[in-house]
Amino acid sequence: MSDYRIQGATGEWEVVIGLEVHAQVTSNAKLFSGAATAFGAEPNTQVSLVDAAMPGMLPVPNRECIRQAVRTGMAIDAQINKWSRFDRKNYFYADLPQGYQISQLYHPIVGEGQIEIVLDEKNPETSSKVIGVERIHVEQDAGKLMHDQHPTSSYVDLNRSGVALMEIVSRPDMRSPAEAGAYLAKLRTILRYVGSCDGNMDQGSMRADVNVSVRKPGGELGTRTETKNVNSVRFVMAVVEREASRQVDVLEAGGKIVQETRLYDPDKNETRSMRSKEDAHDYRYFPDPDLLPLVLDDAFLDECRASLPELPDVKRKRYEQALGLSPYNAATLTADADTARWFETLLTESAAAQKKSESDVAKAAANWLLSDLYGALNRLGKSLEESPVGPAQAAELLALVADGTLSGSLAKQVFEIMLETGDGAGKIVEEKGLKQTSDTGAIEAAVANVLANNADKVEQYRGGKEALFGFFVGQTMKAMQGKANPQVVNELVKKALAG
Amino acid sequence: MTNLTDLTVAEIRDGFRAGDFSAREVAEGFNANVAAAKALNAFIVETPEKALAAADAADAAKAAGETPGALSGVPIGMKDLFCTEGVQTTAASHMLEGFVPTYESTVSGKLWAAGAGMLGKLNLDQFAMGSSNETSYFGNVISPWKRGGGDNAALAPGGSSGGSSSAISARLCPAATGTDTGGSIRQPAAFTGISGIKPTYGRCSRWGIVAFASSLDQAGPMARTVRDNALLLEVMAGFDPKDSTSLDLAVPQWEAGLSSNLTGKTVGIPKEYRPDGLNAEIAALWDQGIAWLKDAGANVVEVSLPHTKYALPTYYIIAPAEASSNLARYDGVRYGQRDLPDGAGLQDMYAATRAAGFGPEVKRRIMIGTYVLSAGFYDAYYTQAQKVRALISRDFDRAFEQCDLLLTPTAPSAAFTLGEKQADPLAMYLNDVFTVPASLAGLPAMSVPGGLDSQGLPLGLQIIGKALDEQTVLNAGLAIEERAGFVARPDKWW
Repeated sequence: MSDYRIQGATGEWEVVIGLEVHAQVTSNAKLFSGAATAFGAEPNTQVSLVDAAMPGMLPVPNRECIRQAVRTGMAIDAQINKWSRFDRKNYFYADLPQGYQISQLYHPIVGEGQIEIVLDEKNPETSSKVIGVERIHVEQDAGKLMHDQHPTSSYVDLNRSGVALMEIVSRPDMRSPAEAGAYLAKLRTILRYVGSCDGNMDQGSMRADVNVSVRKPGGELGTRTETKNVNSVRFVMAVVEREASRQVDVLEAGGKIVQETRLYDPDKNETRSMRSKEDAHDYRYFPDPDLLPLVLDDAFLDECRASLPELPDVKRKRYEQALGLSPYNAATLTADADTARWFETLLTESAAAQKKSESDVAKAAANWLLSDLYGALNRLGKSLEESPVGPAQAAELLALVADGTLSGSLAKQVFEIMLETGDGAGKIVEEKGLKQTSDTGAIEAAVANVLANNADKVEQYRGGKEALFGFFVGQTMKAMQGKANPQVVNELVKKALAG
Repeated sequence: MTNLTDLTVAEIRDGFRAGDFSAREVAEGFNANVAAAKALNAFIVETPEKALAAADAADAAKAAGETPGALSGVPIGMKDLFCTEGVQTTAASHMLEGFVPTYESTVSGKLWAAGAGMLGKLNLDQFAMGSSNETSYFGNVISPWKRGGGDNAALAPGGSSGGSSSAISARLCPAATGTDTGGSIRQPAAFTGISGIKPTYGRCSRWGIVAFASSLDQAGPMARTVRDNALLLEVMAGFDPKDSTSLDLAVPQWEAGLSSNLTGKTVGIPKEYRPDGLNAEIAALWDQGIAWLKDAGANVVEVSLPHTKYALPTYYIIAPAEASSNLARYDGVRYGQRDLPDGAGLQDMYAATRAAGFGPEVKRRIMIGTYVLSAGFYDAYYTQAQKVRALISRDFDRAFEQCDLLLTPTAPSAAFTLGEKQADPLAMYLNDVFTVPASLAGLPAMSVPGGLDSQGLPLGLQIIGKALDEQTVLNAGLAIEERAGFVARPDKWW
């Protein structure tokens, strides 16, 4: 893995990156109230008395949100703190009804953990790196200001107010835009596997604060800036790139980096100063006296651990070792929990249809999914969940290929018809007569015909131009309307030409 | 015929059940007293119709042969810190003037469910911050008591539950709710010759009570007798899943458990509560109290609570710190007061709203609390105060290895005149010196009247118990009540 370096006038610079990711916890109710959390609801329809901070209202922790944070911690091999505590972060803003956010500064629920990233999926062994996670804590989200509803006033939508967030804080272990992007993508993969966050960055379910500093390679850490609320993997990579080169420019011009909060403008691809440390808030953190310390017992932790699915790293290794998939295919199939689930259903169905073991059918299934199915879905602009062809139907198609009923090209034709009509592969083969033939008599006749019509080329072939072999095969297949078994055609053409 | 408004809660309950009088007669009697006592300024909102409605319901249920509720036929006053559905709830502040909750606090809801009726919302110190009821936006409550010898000076009813104490001692209601953060039930009870108990922290739900200092706030009853306190607390207490600090424990039958026989109990007398210069009449009453408890069969030992002298400064760091955060929600955005000057931005609105909505004492505590939590001072003040709080709790734990309850004076003086201490916040804060330690330790504590001082003003004795041992506190209170024979009442001048 080559080091990422910024070439400045004074030499090379190294970039140091840490990410603070806010992930909305998947839960039907908010962190401290029973209000619902559905995305896209009408403003102020998912607000309880607690979320609106009415006088005398009190927070009560939602067990499911705590459970999801613990499961997430377990999925990154982190220390789970059986004793943690909620603190108040005090500041005034119109989207913060209580005048404080309930968070966990001093005693987070999850401590040190780690996430392994792979930069080149084709060479996972040589391109992987472990990124440290300092902590995960849970906290309340704020509401949303709406500035476009009234000419002179702003409105407040409190639907998000009180929704549970996990703040996942990495160590400053990343050194390139690619590493930052891979970390965020991997984190999202893990969250989706665990089911603790839907990872929908475009809906704001997951967003990153990007901490960037630069230094001469191996030197002292530089002053960092924090770019807030970056909401895609691509933007995170862009922020690192832009911010690092901006900092190099400032430093090389003799300036100093100011510790500050910045915003990213994707339209102009630049970061802009939001506020500097001087006018930073004094948040007056202190333990929330409305809440008791959070104490987790062993039974709860056992249940959390038992409920974890097979995680992506383990799954990827199993795909390579037990199923014999290539590192790249294994990585691609496991990068997303839904894809892996689809693939595994296909595997089960295929093994059953072909009466073989899963490892025997895995390669063909993986190749078909990643090339044929993904190609078709790309063309149709659909996601895997929206695929017109399900795993069971796909297994039927693959079984027809495996038993020689369909050639590769016939299978593609049948698949196209399946996508259009929704019919099963077997039915299409019957109705359209798309079965490939191994009838040597018919194929021999076709071969003889092709050779007779191309006597000049036969001469050339026999004179040493062996590249023409494919031509005869192609002509024969064409004459057979693609239904001939290609292996049989190959043999018969070879035999006839040798004749 | 008996004057119904002179009856205790237990007497009203029993008389109503026996058919001696109707609930409506009782409610009408108290409504009339409330209407005739405007001079005391004890109520912010009067709700005679609510008292009558509850009474009529009680009468109808009785006529239909239904089993009466624990408080059927009993009208009470509600401190205006409890949110009451459909009835303005102000915490005696301009900030919440006109605020009508859509919800009922857990404690008030339990009282209504038991059959009680509401005579009105009682005045208090603004956001329960004060010891004289002079910080109310709706004017100070006046004690019904006067000094003897023709001194006509208006006296403080104590605070923050001053509307409750004044109204009960003037017979405007037989009982009322109070809340106690550093003495707000006990000190006003002592000033007006009535009883009040702050239970163990977590016994009563805080849900729906306008918050002052979350780790200290506790609701409790105030009434004229120990028995009334016992039976009211039974209704008010109980686990509430909506309050994370609520105790998930069964509520004992305190009334049935009342006994003034203290044989086998040991009373601790904390020596630190007898500082040089303690008011001689208070000291004498305390000695009398010790004698009464001995007479009831108790042993008496001297104990030490060495960190007592740090309790007041500790309290005045922790309570304002929590208050500064708890009161941040009053920002003019969603409810209550909003001041929006022309061309104002968000910050201007906050500043104008909070400048106009909070009184001077509330602002003082918000500023103290903000200061002690701010970067650079947090460890020196807040962290240190939390450590001292733990030491104060440990003092009590150690003392309770030698005794079952503690007896102390409730307040360092009898009621003072209105305005007397207003100019000096520190002198006002000193009023809490005997009540604050039990609050910091979360222990049950009660004030019962012991007698009158030479000026004819009531003085109270405080009983502090072990956590969850309200029964022993109530029993000791009963022993004193029986021996003190306190029957004095203020002459009606209002």
